[in-house]
Formats: sequence, structure tokens, C-alpha cells
Amino acid sequence: MTLTKRIIPCLDVKEGRVVKGIQFVQLRDAGDPVELARFYDQQGADELVFLDISASVEGRKTMVEVVKSVASELAIPFTVGGGINSLEDMKRILRAGADKVSLNTAAVLNPELISEGAGYFGTQCIVVAIDAKFDEEIGTWRVYTHGGRTATDRKVIDWAKEAAGLGAGEILLTSMDSDGEKNGFDLKLTKAVSEAVSIPVIASGGAGNASHFEDAFVNGKADAALAASIFHYKETSVHEVKSYLLERGVTVR
Amino acid sequence: MIGIVDYGMGNLFSVSKALERLNADYFISGDKDELLSADAILLPGVGSFRDAMEVLQVDTIKEFAASGKPLLGICLGMQLLFEDSDENGFTKGLGLLPGHVRRFSGTIEAGETYKVPHMGWNKLEFVNSSPLLEGLEEDYVYFVHSYYVDAENSEVLLAKANYHEEVSAVVGKDNIFGMQFHPEKSSKLGMALLSNFLRLVDERKAVR
Repeated sequence: MTLTKRIIPCLDVKEGRVVKGIQFVQLRDAGDPVELARFYDQQGADELVFLDISASVEGRKTMVEVVKSVASELAIPFTVGGGINSLEDMKRILRAGADKVSLNTAAVLNPELISEGAGYFGTQCIVVAIDAKFDEEIGTWRVYTHGGRTATDRKVIDWAKEAAGLGAGEILLTSMDSDGEKNGFDLKLTKAVSEAVSIPVIASGGAGNASHFEDAFVNGKADAALAASIFHYKETSVHEVKSYLLERGVTVR
Repeated sequence: MIGIVDYGMGNLFSVSKALERLNADYFISGDKDELLSADAILLPGVGSFRDAMEVLQVDTIKEFAASGKPLLGICLGMQLLFEDSDENGFTKGLGLLPGHVRRFSGTIEAGETYKVPHMGWNKLEFVNSSPLLEGLEEDYVYFVHSYYVDAENSEVLLAKANYHEEVSAVVGKDNIFGMQFHPEKSSKLGMALLSNFLRLVDERKAVR
């Protein structure tokens, strides 16, 4: 009756190479996105997210090649985000073989981009990524853009609803308060957004151990959970997290 | 040689790459003569049923189906094999298999809602034996769809999944087959299903 809860490793790619110290001694080349993708696929990852953090035009072009190679070798869905600002950018990435594109700053600056993308490729292709930070002044979470550097006037719950209404197929929700702390996902935020929209919500930011994933699914009502460093630094593995979840009665594949 | 039907709907890249990984020869074409010369055809599809039926080479597909050579529809491509769909108003399909395409209601009895599309990993339950399922074990596959096939004749239902409705997941009768999920995105079981289809194509070619 229920879909499995998804575990999604996230890889930062710069100029075609995975960056952020990744500890995979058994890999010939720890910076090769294709090799890492294959590694996570074998571990049972349900999906992958590639975040292009290239600063240059050349780097962005390289990303298309990376997407092609990953798509050629990988038999699980994957999402590409970072630097996607137009329908043309989306076409380039999706035609190269990505299953979904993730829009963040560009969607906030130009919400119509969501409906254009959804109209052209289908809602299932469009992920809207939201960077959220709690704001005492307004008593709720505020939307940040430009990699968390710029505060906007938008409130997270309202923006999530608007994005869903425009045709987003999923929300990738990152808590800036929890990110990097390894104390668990922001359950209040995740639950608030999950209950506000009728599309899947991917919790992100704060994963430190397997029990945090259980919290995100059970208490945070997330449909999927994303993590980077705990998988990269082998503090745990996708397989370990899934075994734990299975024991605790959470449906995973 | 497998012909992948190109009718301008959907991403043909991942399915063709999956065939490459399985060492299958294929071509992508929208041309009638070329498609009719294939040993089997694969009908992919993403998008709406109505749009697809408007642009699809309906006569070619029907002629191919009548030739007895294997045809596999994937996702929307599987739905097109059935009689009709409610998507964007009533639209007639290819009518190669009995059944109708309906939208997930999104609500269950007590007024509770569930998420549409049915997107993510769901478990297959095998229903009837078929060369497509031979040697395989029930496992999870990746679905993305808002409409599902209500197969009228349970004989064509080879495997199902449960998502508030009984979802026809793998269907097949004679030379006509379909998969609602994306086998090319469904990890090991997905690749094994495609591999079984390719084996079936080879076996039937040998007999022909």
C-alpha cells in the first residue's frame, strides 16, 4: 500500500568532479561522479542528487557530460540541481539523461519557471529545492537563496504551497539551522511542510546517524531523506541505514 | 534488432542506454518500414495519453502487433496498449489489450487524501506466470504515474502493485507486453525484466 521511504545520497560536483573530501578507499578514483554513483547504487541508494557547484560556464558544460555518463551506467533515478536558470538549461540536463531537475534560486526569482518546466516535461521532473532558516522575528521559517547567502521575503510554508501549485513534483527541503550539525533533521520544519503540501517532501540537513532517518520519516512525515557527509565519510552506509529502518518497521526497499 | 518508437514523446535516452548495457542492438525511429522490419519494438512514453495518441504512428504499431512479433510498452507506452483513457477527456487507445486507464482518485473512503502521482519504489506481486517473470523474485521497482490501468481481463495481468488501487504493473498477452514502471530506472529487477524480454525476443525470432 505504501511506497518505500527513499534514501538519497547527494554529491557536489565542481567542474565535472565530485568535491568535498570523500573517503572511499576502495575506489580507484574518488572524484569520479560515475564511479561514486555506481557505488551508491550498489549500496541500495534509491535515488541520487547531483548538485553542480561549478562557478564557470565551462564547468556547467562539463556537467552535461557528467549527466550523460551517469545516465549511461545507472539504473536508478537521479536529480541534477545547481545553476539551472531556464527552460533551455532544463532541456539540456534532462535530454542528457537526468530524470529530474532541481530549481532553487531561479524558481524564487522567477516562479513561472516551475510551471513552464512542469508543462513541458511533466511535474515529476521538477523538484523545487528550498533552503529554510527559522526567523524569530516572523515566527516561522524564511526562504534563503544563492546557496543560503541571501534572505528573501518569502516564508517557507507559503513558498512550498505556491511551488506545489505551480506544478513542482517534489520539495527538497534543506534546514540551514540543522545542516552540518549532525543532530538530526529539522523535524518541525519537515513536518510543517509535509503537512502543507500534497507532493513528496525530501528532508535534508542534519543527518548524523540511522535513527535520524527514522525520525524524519515517522515524526517529520518526510517521504525521502537526503544526506551527504555521513555517507561520504562512511560514518554509516545506505545499507546500514536501511537495515536499521527495516528493523524499526519503516518500509524501505 | 529492437526498434524504439520515436514519436516525440518522452526521453528515449535512458531506455536506449539500458538496452546498450544489456548488449542489445537497437535503433530509434519513427519510420513505418524501419519499425516493421524490427524483431521487436519498444514503445516508451512520458506525457499525456491524448497527446500521445494524436502523434503516435497508430497504424504502424497495430500492423506490427498483428505480425506476432513482440511489442513492449513502457509507462505511458503500456497504457496506450489498452482500450481507452480518461486523461484529458475520453481518448481511445490502441486497443491491443482489454482494460481502461483511470486516474488515481487521490482520496480514500474517510476523505483522507493520498499523494498523486504514484512516484517512488513499490513492490511487485507476481500474479500469473510469464516468460517475462521467469527466474525472477518479487522486488521493488520505480513508478512515476498519475493514471493506472484497470485491466479488465485478469489473464493479462502478470504482476501488480498496490497503491490505494490495484495497479497493473506488468501485463502481457501473446506478443503484447507492458510495464507501468520504468524498468530502466528500477535497478536489478528492472534490468532483469528487460533482459527477459530480450531473451523472449531472441527465442521467438529463432522459431520464426
